[in-house]
Amino acid sequence: MTETTDLRARAEALGGTLPPLLAEAEHLAATVLLGEHGRRRAGTGDDFWQYRAAHPGDAMRAIDWRRSARSDSQFVREREWQAAQSVMLWVDPSRSMAFSGSRDRATKSDRARLLALALAVLLLRGGERVGIAGQAPRSGKAQLLRLVEAFGLETATADYGSPAEDGLVSHGRAVFVSDFLGDLAGVEASLARAADRGVKGVLLQVLDPAEEEFPFDGRTVFISMGGTLSHETQQAGDLRGRYLARLAERKARLADLAQLSGWLYHTHHTGQPAQSALLWAYRALEGGR
Amino acid sequence: MSVAFALPMLLWGLLALPVLWLLLRAIPPAPIRRRFPGVALLLGLRDEDRQADKTPWWLLVLRMLAIGLAIIGFAGPVLNPTPHPNSSKPLLILFDGGWAEAADWGKRITHASDLIAQASRDGRPVAVLRLTDPAQPVAFQAADASVGRVSALQPEPWFPDYAAWLKVLAAAGAHDTTWLTDGVAHPGRAALLAALASQGAVTVFATGHPVLALRPPVFAEGAVQVPVLRLNSTTAQEVEVVAKGPDPSGTVRDLATAKASFAAGDAEIKANLTLPPELRNRITRFELSGQHSAGAVSLTDDSLKRRKVALVADGSDREGLQLLSPTHYLRQALQPMAELIEGGISDVLPANPDVIVLADVAHLTATESDGLQEWVKKGGLLLRFAGPRLAASDVGRTEEDPLMPVRLREGGRTVGGAMSWDEPKRLAPFPEDSPFHGLDIPGDVTVTSQVLAQPDPELGSRTIAALADGTPLVTRKIAGQGQVVLFHVTANAEWSNLPLSGLYVQMLERLAVSTRAALPELADLAGQTWVPKRLLDAYGSEAKADAVAGVAGKDLAAALQDGPGPALPPGLYAGADRQVALNVLGAKVELKPESWPAGTTIEGLVATTEQSLKGPALATALLLLSLDILAALLVGGRLGRIGAAVVVGLALLMPAPDRAQAQTADDRAIAATAGVVLAYVQTGDATVDAVSKAGLIGLGDQLTNRTAVEPLAPIGVDVETDELAFFPFLYWPLIANAPLPSAAAYTKLNRYLRTGGMILFDTRDGDIAGAAGTSPEAQALQRIASGLDIPPLEPLPEDHVLTRTFYLLQSFPGRYADGGLWVEAAPPDAVKAEGMPFRNLNDGVTPVVIGGNDWASAWAVDDNGMMMFPVGRGSAGDQQREYSYRFGVNLIMYVLTGNYKSDQVHVPALLERLGK
Repeated sequence: MTETTDLRARAEALGGTLPPLLAEAEHLAATVLLGEHGRRRAGTGDDFWQYRAAHPGDAMRAIDWRRSARSDSQFVREREWQAAQSVMLWVDPSRSMAFSGSRDRATKSDRARLLALALAVLLLRGGERVGIAGQAPRSGKAQLLRLVEAFGLETATADYGSPAEDGLVSHGRAVFVSDFLGDLAGVEASLARAADRGVKGVLLQVLDPAEEEFPFDGRTVFISMGGTLSHETQQAGDLRGRYLARLAERKARLADLAQLSGWLYHTHHTGQPAQSALLWAYRALEGGR
Repeated sequence: MSVAFALPMLLWGLLALPVLWLLLRAIPPAPIRRRFPGVALLLGLRDEDRQADKTPWWLLVLRMLAIGLAIIGFAGPVLNPTPHPNSSKPLLILFDGGWAEAADWGKRITHASDLIAQASRDGRPVAVLRLTDPAQPVAFQAADASVGRVSALQPEPWFPDYAAWLKVLAAAGAHDTTWLTDGVAHPGRAALLAALASQGAVTVFATGHPVLALRPPVFAEGAVQVPVLRLNSTTAQEVEVVAKGPDPSGTVRDLATAKASFAAGDAEIKANLTLPPELRNRITRFELSGQHSAGAVSLTDDSLKRRKVALVADGSDREGLQLLSPTHYLRQALQPMAELIEGGISDVLPANPDVIVLADVAHLTATESDGLQEWVKKGGLLLRFAGPRLAASDVGRTEEDPLMPVRLREGGRTVGGAMSWDEPKRLAPFPEDSPFHGLDIPGDVTVTSQVLAQPDPELGSRTIAALADGTPLVTRKIAGQGQVVLFHVTANAEWSNLPLSGLYVQMLERLAVSTRAALPELADLAGQTWVPKRLLDAYGSEAKADAVAGVAGKDLAAALQDGPGPALPPGLYAGADRQVALNVLGAKVELKPESWPAGTTIEGLVATTEQSLKGPALATALLLLSLDILAALLVGGRLGRIGAAVVVGLALLMPAPDRAQAQTADDRAIAATAGVVLAYVQTGDATVDAVSKAGLIGLGDQLTNRTAVEPLAPIGVDVETDELAFFPFLYWPLIANAPLPSAAAYTKLNRYLRTGGMILFDTRDGDIAGAAGTSPEAQALQRIASGLDIPPLEPLPEDHVLTRTFYLLQSFPGRYADGGLWVEAAPPDAVKAEGMPFRNLNDGVTPVVIGGNDWASAWAVDDNGMMMFPVGRGSAGDQQREYSYRFGVNLIMYVLTGNYKSDQVHVPALLERLGK
């Protein structure tokens, strides 16, 4: 069987799961009812923001005559400033994301896609432009379907991935969802370039509880999901402490990186409900603006 | 302790263990392969401890141990193997067969059976002998022929007689011997052993079982002292001596118990019982509780009894002359052996003495005379002595006085005095029908004065002692159940020197006026025939003695010295006026442990039980292997959830803790007291218990339908452990092999019966047994009921209140209709109530109802409310079932309301009183 047919079969299989994924994402997004989010300052937009006394220099046509007629001074009607932002989503497509520590837990990539898509639903509903690497950010409901399709096709054979920054829009927003267990050099480079372009965003690390606890014991050969790395130990239990130390170190490094470039960093476990992570990501995107 | 193997060749397999060691060591447990993205973080981490790439040493040891045990197990190890002698000589199995073996007789029989089975396999002839039997020639038979005989052997209640057997066994020819001994030293054992050893190998089988025995009790220092002997035990030990005898209603029960403690090393102690004379006189036997052998029983005879003797002399005594007082010699003779009461006749009669002695009392008032006659008729012994007053009076002169055995001639006579030519008279030998027959007459006893009897046709038969010239000295008349005896001389030494001689005391004893604490001697027993009344078997139970001939007093005296034997089994022997107990142990017999010369092969019970270790070894190996599974999982890191599951599984296999039981005991108590609960006794037979339960459910349904009693679900009780006080009624079905309740359970049951509980005993044999009581169930009932406090019973009388507590009934069928029904007997003085068809019986609800009609089966319903068992046939059967339910209803009503229905007899009287 050739690789392309294999890919196609897998894509079809994955695509089969996507409408449910979409439905789930919509469902998840529905729990976060925020509505059109204004910028909470005056600017170009449709919604009324406030009346203020007219200053010298205000154009005559800016004066709201109906309001001014009720008093002696002139008032200007200001509208809330609303601006559509471009948000670039990157969900790590690498093999390591296909891990699940338990039969009754979803894989990390499932959770990562779910979160990204739910976030996209929310953003699109808020009127933002959402895109992924290789696709220009667009707004509108049709973009959601394109996103779903793109997530479905997006598979990689590498064990660990690093963010693709080719879809970044200057002064836009970016969301990187990954387990960040691979080499951090790629992440650093991407963050550096993003910071150069004035892009701010969110690092969302999705981990399985098994990766957080290392509940292994005895003689074990650990193999990475892609099979490129392996490590054999006689006493897996003895490694636990050192593994956890390394993991903590990595988290600290990610937090540092994020802080340096003005990003926000959060760790989400697949054992927890997705809702809290979604809320956090949405707030983070909102607050950064 | 020794171990042998059935297949020793297999043990060579143990040599393979080192090879296995190397193999196992080289093959470590396989690693688990795990996909894990975090491996990127693990790269470069080194194991601190590299040893586990070989199998850990403890796992190796575990596996080697398991395999080694398996090899040993398959080789068939046997603990304490029985050596199989390669002898072809005939085998002689000797039992001592005495009472000392009764306690562990079963083990001896088992051992002998094993020996016979072995001999049968080896084709050796066998002879089984019991040394307590009379000597008889030894006849070897095929082993199979002895099997039945040996299991029917029983011990005898006396010691083996080696002397008699010595000759016979010495002539038996070449043979091997196994001698099962009783552990007690007997004379002649060494000689017999030598004779046996000269003919072949001798193996002695001794169990070393402790022997406890009682000597006859002694009355000393105001208490009954029972000496307790022991053998083969030197530790501190407490024993309980029980005195048994009939209570006023005639039921034999424990009258008193005494505890005594052996200190370490003691061989003999005394148990003291202080008892009032009334109680002491009732004791028929002492026994050691918990010991079932004839040696642990001591029958009592008259020697323990203390007669109550009233001495009555004429009030106008010659004062101050102590030695001339008519009662002085009597008092001296009787003081040590009887309770003496002195006073006037009207004073002593209410004390109901056994004997009243009238020493020269002539005149009685009409009241006194009537009282005395009444008392004699009820069994009193009136002993009169003559004297000057009697001689001078008109008592019995012209016609026979009811309180005199003979008519008297006027005046009497004096012989051998200063005014007489005659010599003082001597006594003639006692005739054979006299109670004095056999007593030695000292030559110096002479009589100088006497009162003379009128010649009379009956005089000869009434004379029990006479002077040499034929004139009566002592005469006797039977009156009712008692007797009147007249000594024709004075009670003091005035008319004869008889009161000064020992014969006087012996004569009083023979008349059972007094009894002696000492062992009866030849002189006391000779000349009479002693008839056994009760006999003991080796287990200490009393057997009937109807078919045993009487024995001569001489032989009895010898047996009292030497101990009982085949011709004179231990028991209670009755002579003319007194009883003598022949006990297994005489007063002087010593018990010594047997000793065997060096070199004798002695086997004990403990060392000879052959025990196969194959099962335990294999089971242990299996256990180790399953531990190995867990260990391998642990080493391999797979002991996660599986381990937890295994641990939980093991925990489930553990027995439930006791607290749960305490919980259920409380629950039971609450369930049993939430309402009326009918209960049945669990017999241990699941079928019977299920039927009992179903029966009580069925009865409960009927009660609920028909009456105001609405019982809850029945509860099964275990008389050993459960509290009975909650239940008004117990249904107790009996099975043939029902075990005896323990002493504590008996106490509980008796308390239950005394405090108003009722038990319905059902022998369930109404179809075959009738009321004969011979079925196995009935025998089980007799066994169990012997320890219960059950009053005298009678077949249910027609007017019993049970016939009318709810329904009017005259038959009480269950599944069978023919069996009788027994309840507590009504008092004999119950009279018919006026105008009622029944007697006035107001008190006493019977504590037991006994029958065999299998009521539970008739009552039993299954889960669907259908009858479980057919009763009778057709409509007659339906009617029988209906009557069985009616009986049940009546019974429960009787249990709950007592004699309420019987009290109705008073209703007219009450109404009349209210009307006024």
